Amino acid sequence: MREKLTIALAAAGGLLLVYDLYQIFLVLPDEAMQGPIYRILFFHVPAAIVGMVGYFVALVLSVLYLSSKDLKWDSLAASVVEVSLVFSLVNIVSGSIWARVIWGIWWTWDARLTSALVGILIFLAYLMLRRAIDEPTQRGRLSAALCIFGCVDEVIVWKSIEWFRTQHPGPVLSIRTGGGHMDPAMERIFYLNFLAILLIATALVLIRTRQEATTREIDSLRRLAHAM
Amino acid sequence: MTAAIEIAHIWKYYGDYPALRDCTLSVAEGSCCALLGRNGAGKTTLLRILAGLSHFQRGTVRLFGTAPRTGETRRRTGFLGHGIGVYEDLSARENLQFFARIADVPNARGVVSGWLERVGLERVADMPVRQFSRGMRQRLALARTFLHAPNVLLLDEPFTSLDDRAIHMLSQLLVEARARQATIISSTHQLREAMAIASHVALIENGRLRFSGERTQAMLDDPALLYRLHAEPGAA
Amino acid sequence: MKAFKQAFSVARKDLALELRTKESVNAAGAFSIAILILFSFAFDPFSEAIHELAAGLLWLTFAFAGALVFNRGFARELPNECLDTLLASPLAPSSLLIGKAIGVFFLLLLVEVVSLFVFGVFYNIRWWLHPGELALTCALASWGIAITGSVFGALTVNLRLRELMLPVIIYPLLVPLLVGAIEMTNALLGNQPFTSYEWLWAKVLIVFDIVFTSLAIALAETILVN
Repeated sequence: MREKLTIALAAAGGLLLVYDLYQIFLVLPDEAMQGPIYRILFFHVPAAIVGMVGYFVALVLSVLYLSSKDLKWDSLAASVVEVSLVFSLVNIVSGSIWARVIWGIWWTWDARLTSALVGILIFLAYLMLRRAIDEPTQRGRLSAALCIFGCVDEVIVWKSIEWFRTQHPGPVLSIRTGGGHMDPAMERIFYLNFLAILLIATALVLIRTRQEATTREIDSLRRLAHAM
Repeated sequence: MTAAIEIAHIWKYYGDYPALRDCTLSVAEGSCCALLGRNGAGKTTLLRILAGLSHFQRGTVRLFGTAPRTGETRRRTGFLGHGIGVYEDLSARENLQFFARIADVPNARGVVSGWLERVGLERVADMPVRQFSRGMRQRLALARTFLHAPNVLLLDEPFTSLDDRAIHMLSQLLVEARARQATIISSTHQLREAMAIASHVALIENGRLRFSGERTQAMLDDPALLYRLHAEPGAA
Repeated sequence: MKAFKQAFSVARKDLALELRTKESVNAAGAFSIAILILFSFAFDPFSEAIHELAAGLLWLTFAFAGALVFNRGFARELPNECLDTLLASPLAPSSLLIGKAIGVFFLLLLVEVVSLFVFGVFYNIRWWLHPGELALTCALASWGIAITGSVFGALTVNLRLRELMLPVIIYPLLVPLLVGAIEMTNALLGNQPFTSYEWLWAKVLIVFDIVFTSLAIALAETILVN
């Protein structure tokens, strides 16, 4: 059942992505101000949202683990963080390429860039911490604590550095601006691509969770073997 | 008599190794249970769980009806582990005063002086522990354990590396503790000393509880009897 | 109230130990001074540019010297299994954590005062012109470093790679705190009183301190007990 769901999500995401790629590269025209490079937006923004949302999903899962002590939530949190990190990297690399073309620099210290980078560093530390601990319950407990501190810190970074003059483009989607900033045809493809990336991310999380579950099963079989 | 300590079907894993397997033990209030078993049998693990230092995966543990690790349980528990749990660079008096303060012992100064005298460290009370001999450290650790008048005592190998005088001192302390209805669980391989004080015995082998019950005269006469009767065949 | 008394007992004990052995304060002090000397070769200490770099330089020095202090915080409890003894004692884990942070806080302030004097001499910077604001900045930032250092010192105390893991976790988390401290100190070293901009950063530091302290109290049991 779960396997079928994973395959279905991945397939749907893949097909949608193919359609979007076709639309993005062959149908949509260049943007008036930025030229062809604006197309990065279709990947840059969804990757950012998936990454950030993932960290906060991991926060909820970590709290669930601490309150239930059920390792299922711990594996799920770890899988979500791993996948989120990949998308955060996509986000930051694509953003950097865009910045090089538009701003002429690879990097600038603005609210969004800084908080994205700090997020990556915190959750890389999260994965490193998990690797350093062998005992599953200890690993779950300590990494959940780090996840909670990390997410709270991320909010503080975000809120505080927002007061710097920000160089990053403001919101363009009509849900944030009330319309008029983005061509509706482009916005439609944006949402479709967001959906594609979300589907793929979910499929990846399911695959990782399944691997974690298998590891746990092997562990418990080994426990059983010891007990006999 | 009511059960002070109630352990029911607990399992404890380190990684995938089960250190305790389905252990069930109940210790009546005011009794002294000697926890016997070879190295690595699970005695320390069991004591650490009772002291609230270690979580377990399955089963229940109750001390006077409450879970280990609650503030109330810790207040009435005295724990002496493998380490002596005192600071090398503080003096004996400073160590005891610190532990008295965090346990909220009333009249800490007087109680500490009393204990220093009791364990025969009053003349070296202001020397740093770093300069103490092994026996002196062990006696300081005893004072630290008994300082807040706990009514549950969890002692892990308390007789190890004690000299004759300290063994006598500890035996005396345990007798007094029993007189005020304190409950004692003490792991040990020193069979003779353990048997002499114990009212009950429990034997752990490979994480399993092999025997638990009252100490009989036969065990006192022949301390190894228990092992011969209940130990896993071939484990000896 | 009792929790505070317990926390202060822990801090008092740690400070007494530190006073006797001076292990982390000596190391942190020597380290700060070495860094300040090295930086004076990297930048011309009497150019105008140093005024813009000075605050950053100072806080990086404090943050790295701080690692030497909070690294010892919980490591000090490992010999003789003192940590287990404390956890089995009536002392609440949250009081232990807060007490450790209080101890680290005072040691950090000590290192900061010493470094500031050395800094003033080497770089010809008059840092004492706004003592109230400087003290506030140091206090707010040092508490943040102390509480974060203590939480993650406790979290990593039983790990094989303790000394490696601690900085990897701590420094990203300290980013907002250090940015704020640098912004505030920047103004002070340039002999500017705080404007609304610096007060905004002071608020960030206060929020950081309150939030991290509350989380530390809430998660103390989770972090410390196996």
